[in-house]
Amino acid sequence: METRRIVDRGVKYILFISAMISIVIVFLIALFIFREGVEAFNTVGVRTMLFGKVWRPGQEQYGILAMILGSILVTIGAIVLGVPLAIGGAIFLAEVAPEGIQAVVRPAIQLLAGIPSVVYGLFGMVVLVPLVRKIPVPGNSGFGLLAASIVLAVMILPTIASIAEDAIRAVPQSYRQGSLALGATHWQTIVNVIMPAARSGIIAAIILGVGRALGETMAMIMVIGNSVLMPSPMTNNPLTLFLRQARTLTGNIAVEISYATGVHESTLFATGVVLFVLIMVVNISARFVMRERQAIH
Amino acid sequence: MNNTKLETKNYSMNYGSFRALEDINMQIPEKQVTALIGPSGCGKSTFLRTFNRMNDLIPGVWIEGEVTMEGKDIFEIDVVNLRQQVGMVFQKPNPFPKSIFDNVAYGPRANGLTDRNALAELVEHSLRGAALWDEVKDDLDKSGLALSGGQQQRLCIARALAVEPSVILMDEPASALDPIATLRIEELIRELRENYTIVIVTHNMQQAARVSDFTGFFYTGESRTGKLIEFDLTRNIFTNPADKRTEDYITGRFG
Repeated sequence: METRRIVDRGVKYILFISAMISIVIVFLIALFIFREGVEAFNTVGVRTMLFGKVWRPGQEQYGILAMILGSILVTIGAIVLGVPLAIGGAIFLAEVAPEGIQAVVRPAIQLLAGIPSVVYGLFGMVVLVPLVRKIPVPGNSGFGLLAASIVLAVMILPTIASIAEDAIRAVPQSYRQGSLALGATHWQTIVNVIMPAARSGIIAAIILGVGRALGETMAMIMVIGNSVLMPSPMTNNPLTLFLRQARTLTGNIAVEISYATGVHESTLFATGVVLFVLIMVVNISARFVMRERQAIH
Repeated sequence: MNNTKLETKNYSMNYGSFRALEDINMQIPEKQVTALIGPSGCGKSTFLRTFNRMNDLIPGVWIEGEVTMEGKDIFEIDVVNLRQQVGMVFQKPNPFPKSIFDNVAYGPRANGLTDRNALAELVEHSLRGAALWDEVKDDLDKSGLALSGGQQQRLCIARALAVEPSVILMDEPASALDPIATLRIEELIRELRENYTIVIVTHNMQQAARVSDFTGFFYTGESRTGKLIEFDLTRNIFTNPADKRTEDYITGRFG
């Protein structure tokens, strides 16, 4: 056989193997954390673990509800703060900004994605935490859900902004022209035609942002305070909930794994399983939303 | 001769350094159908888009000369107001991914009309005007995208009528449609002529001959700059053209 045909066939196999290796790695990691976590699920029990409010490994109390809530609350905070900013940025880039400004703003937003998580954490500790501490509520240390939500909002911004921008750009030009030709203003066109048409892509962008937020570890450990108590408001004002220190699922693993043994160690892997499942659900739903084309209603 | 609705004087249009249209003088009469014909790339669609200033959306466009509507410079009129008076129907039907009702109500709503009854009345009136009412009156909640191509185009016409314009620009409105749907659009154009000034770009010379009262023939040479060669009553253009190039074009010798 000709050499170039052999090469051709060989390359196909090599590429196939490369693709397979990544699948195998994902599978092995999943298998490993499930195997390590099984002991915790068996001895502690899934229900006790997921709904237990007390985490005291020394006294064999392994409830991770506080951490589940910590992760969920900080994610909600980040979405509330980050999504309007990201969507606004995406609309600005896709619809409003002249090319010269796009050429500056887009790389600047993308740059946020390249900053290491520990640097965000540092920024949070040194700049945000002292600022949050100024809010006059008794017991407010500055560390806690609010500071963590702000850091996380900035971290998920590039993910959401770039996917949302793509979604907005993908709206057919004919919709835009049709709306403008009817005497709608640019802003009316954006709100009434472009955003609804880009909806599924924007929702997918937000869901991927959620996935990213749930997985963030280092920056969270540095600003959230890592208290394992159930988050609750500090005064009559329910919003003071966000001034509470908390701990995320990811933070729980990272903080304790270095000294955990036995059931304690296994519980941390089980925490990993919970995270794994959460993020998988989030990513699958993003994929599902993205695939659902232009809803015809 | 009728009143002039739209007029261009020594109008030229440029994209950066490229001159797309040169020195066009045309008087478009009110409540008549004016067809713009000519080979591909001769600038007739660009010329059409002058009147509702859709060319403003293209970066680097600049113009010379004068374009007026009822004697007023269209570049002095607020562009949103201008587009309410000068509606447009595009080559490819482009209903929004919304219900039939919401498609037609889109323009009036953008203008601030919120009264339900008034909207419902206007939607019915516009759909009747576009000869679509009888086909869709029971399905106003259905998506505009679920209609056939010809129905979609009539929906787009209804959508334009709902804004209550005085001029309707049509950019090859039937070129994406089958012959029967095309015929319906042509009948509709003849009906709309009673109340609207219509300017239509078409590649189809029989269509121009069938629907229009006046015809402008555009042509471009090596330079790719479009020029208006001849503008006259449609019957004169098709029976007794003044210019050799017009005659060659309508007899199918090129284009």
